[in-house]
Amino acid sequence: MFGTTTNMPSSVFDELWRLQQEVDELFGSWSSPSGIRSVPRGSFPAINVGQTPDRVDIYLFAPGIDPKSLDISIQQNLLTVSGRREIRAEEKASYYRQERFSGEFRRAISLPEDVDPERVQAKYVDGIVQIGVQRRESARPRQIEIQ
Amino acid sequence: MTTNSEVTRRGSATAAGQSGSAEQRPQSGEPVRPPVDIWEDKDGITLCADMPGVSKDRLELRVDGNNLIIEGQVQLELSGKAEALYAEVRSSLYRRTFSLSGELETGKIEASLRDGVLTVRIPKRAELRPRKIEVRAA
Repeated sequence: MFGTTTNMPSSVFDELWRLQQEVDELFGSWSSPSGIRSVPRGSFPAINVGQTPDRVDIYLFAPGIDPKSLDISIQQNLLTVSGRREIRAEEKASYYRQERFSGEFRRAISLPEDVDPERVQAKYVDGIVQIGVQRRESARPRQIEIQ
Repeated sequence: MTTNSEVTRRGSATAAGQSGSAEQRPQSGEPVRPPVDIWEDKDGITLCADMPGVSKDRLELRVDGNNLIIEGQVQLELSGKAEALYAEVRSSLYRRTFSLSGELETGKIEASLRDGVLTVRIPKRAELRPRKIEVRAA
């Protein structure tokens, strides 16, 4: 009576809602909000982040790069990494597959708010850039003793 | 610091970092299919695969019948009780299989690994390399 959608039998909506629930269960994160700086699957380099109460470790899966060409910066809790991986194609060869990323890349990821941008270390081992950031003391959980 | 692959474990949002897990294969999800470049020249075929986090001793390359199987285990350096906060790589295993053809000399495959990039060179049998056929004037 009040517009077309409200006239529909409610079972249609129930059905749609149920379907949505099923899709959510099936695909999990696909339908949940995605991070504003998130990127499509398969972007280079892939990023994993691990944390402990006193530090956050960021792992960039960046094989075959020159670590000196990387530009890593932290502003407050936003980590930005940019760089370049150049893959030169062989001359006098016929290619069947060229799946590996070549070119410039840039990725940004927000870290927990309590990271200390002044205390960061980075190293490159086996094609992974590992960036370790210390967290501020005050943010760590403290044991409170009962007198 | 201990080393293990927990951050790459599927659904590892809670438990992580037990000591000794470096040696066990985590019950991870589907292996990651490493991206590859493959090209051919007159002497053979070269394959390059991105396998970041794999060291030489965690790489396995084998020929099984007609198949070339590439497998590698990711090893991340983690602090003692780390938990995963965010993970795009959700398996600690890379695996990809290619079927080879008869003119390739599987006994002479050479491989090298550098900064997480695997390069495999598969030579063609000498007698089967393409020969240029001269056309003689009659």
